Amino acid sequence: MTPTLQVFLIVSAAMFSIGLLAALSRRHAIFILIGIEMMLAAANLNFIAFWRFGPQHQPPIGVMIALFSIAIAAAEAAVGLAMVIAVYRHYHTTNVDQLDQLRG
Amino acid sequence: MNGAAFVIIAIGTLAAALAAATLPNLMHAALSFAVAFVGIAAFFFLLGAEFVGLALVFIYVGAVAVLIVFTILLTHRDAGKDHGFNWGGAIVALAVFGGLTWAILKTQSLAMLAPHMATLTVKRIGTALMTTYVWPLQCVGLLLTAALIGALILVLEEKR
Amino acid sequence: MSVLERKILARMQNRYGPNRVGPFGLFQPIADGIKMLIKEDIVPARADKIVHFLAPVLIAATAILALGIIPYGRNMTPFTIDGGVLFFFAVGSTTELAVFMAGWGSNNKFSMLGAMRAIAQMISYELPLIITVLPVVMVVSSLTPDRIVAAQAGYTFGLVPRWFVFTPWGAAAFVLFFVSGLVESNRTPFDVPEGESEIVAGHMTEYSGFKYATFFLAEYIGMFAISGLSVTLFLGGWHAPGRAVDFLPSYVWFFTKLSALLFVYIWVRGTLPRTRIDQIMNFAWKFMLPMAFACMIAAAVWHYAGRGLRGWLWSLLVITTVYTMLSVVLDTGRKFAPRVYRFAE
Repeated sequence: MTPTLQVFLIVSAAMFSIGLLAALSRRHAIFILIGIEMMLAAANLNFIAFWRFGPQHQPPIGVMIALFSIAIAAAEAAVGLAMVIAVYRHYHTTNVDQLDQLRG
Repeated sequence: MNGAAFVIIAIGTLAAALAAATLPNLMHAALSFAVAFVGIAAFFFLLGAEFVGLALVFIYVGAVAVLIVFTILLTHRDAGKDHGFNWGGAIVALAVFGGLTWAILKTQSLAMLAPHMATLTVKRIGTALMTTYVWPLQCVGLLLTAALIGALILVLEEKR
Repeated sequence: MSVLERKILARMQNRYGPNRVGPFGLFQPIADGIKMLIKEDIVPARADKIVHFLAPVLIAATAILALGIIPYGRNMTPFTIDGGVLFFFAVGSTTELAVFMAGWGSNNKFSMLGAMRAIAQMISYELPLIITVLPVVMVVSSLTPDRIVAAQAGYTFGLVPRWFVFTPWGAAAFVLFFVSGLVESNRTPFDVPEGESEIVAGHMTEYSGFKYATFFLAEYIGMFAISGLSVTLFLGGWHAPGRAVDFLPSYVWFFTKLSALLFVYIWVRGTLPRTRIDQIMNFAWKFMLPMAFACMIAAAVWHYAGRGLRGWLWSLLVITTVYTMLSVVLDTGRKFAPRVYRFAE
């Protein structure tokens, strides 16, 4: 059985919804970041799947977008984790339900 | 493209991702996150984009996963467990998955097999990066520098 | 390999090495293996069982995976991946996560501290490791180890082989790569993570018996892999050093060069004392990173000034200029007292 494009897209949709699950239903700030990273990875998988199954242009556009997306996701993870550490130093908690005041 | 390999990798990746999203123990969840990304890199290898797969392993498993475990270490108090699980999130995620799958299965034009493709060499990626995509490359470099400096400033101890 | 190391270290320290088991102590690894296997496997009571078990497995697995892309002889590469060198580094960076798992899974503060130090050291030295490989990749314009070895074929003036180590940027990059490889495999003088006088055994404290042996097996295999990659990138892979001795098969030359590099590893271990962790970090970020960038610029200069004598001299100028500037800037100005020797009466 050779997988068609639909199978790849369904796997990527499953990964996206699992990431959404992690981002919506966890209370620890780091897990929300993990969920966001998984959603980005699912989107990358989508790009590469469409590149592979579609017409082949000369500069491989899907691959380029995925490459830049990985770099940007890494930068965003770094800054997000730095923010989690900074917030923890101030409030001494990482439970996002308890971060509900605008005053520092 | 091998069907059996695809099924095994898909099951492994989705299981690891589910573990990362639902395990109460923080460290185990972070480590299954790393395993899920190795699975996604395996998908990229299957699809013929080896350079992107290797870059994914290098960046995510080598750097982002290490960052995440360091942050868990620096911000945990006594119990390293995550309390409480919001079930509303599960319903929303299931609804999103249902909607996406229905849309994918309904579109008949997506039920195609892979066309034959010349191997994507790193040379082609490099040429494309330096000719067509040189401005995005410079912008991403600038962005990474800004992120580096910003992250460092955020975690600097305030001078007393 | 381990008996060779122990005997060479011993001879450097003016004593015999293991010489009881078998002729000249050659069966010592078998005795060591049997000893490790029959030891009781102790797992701490409050340790995380799964993570504690998986950590040595993962370290050994990534070390063995890294051996797969090295060309051992003509047409003798186990896997040919187009981005072979990147595969090596991607697998090497997974080692850090496995070291962290070892440190955390033991539920022991010393293990955790040792693991953090080991990871800090390994991450800092990954940058010089990769940037020193970049000049070679630039000059060959390919990431495949087979093509890199093929680009070092031939002899200039019929005499000197065209290996990259005989160019100024190649020599500097080789030295930097070798030192970074020493750090990545946690060998002396950079073995702060596993030093006995420092932190018991660092992240390997709570492991006994076969798992402890697996850590050291992984370290030896990592040494093997980094030496193999150095031979491929800088020392011409499986090419012979002279046209006259070309008749020996290619894998003989590869293993000769590999053995020479491993001997240098053991030699350095027997000679140099351990460096402090802050000295290690300073060295990486303040010296090795600028020198690695200088190598890249020197390689570009060598390529664009024609790859002959003029390019050689210009790139030599670039490297010596940067080196002198760095030595002047990084000089701490600390004066050392003259050495006083005291002998027992």
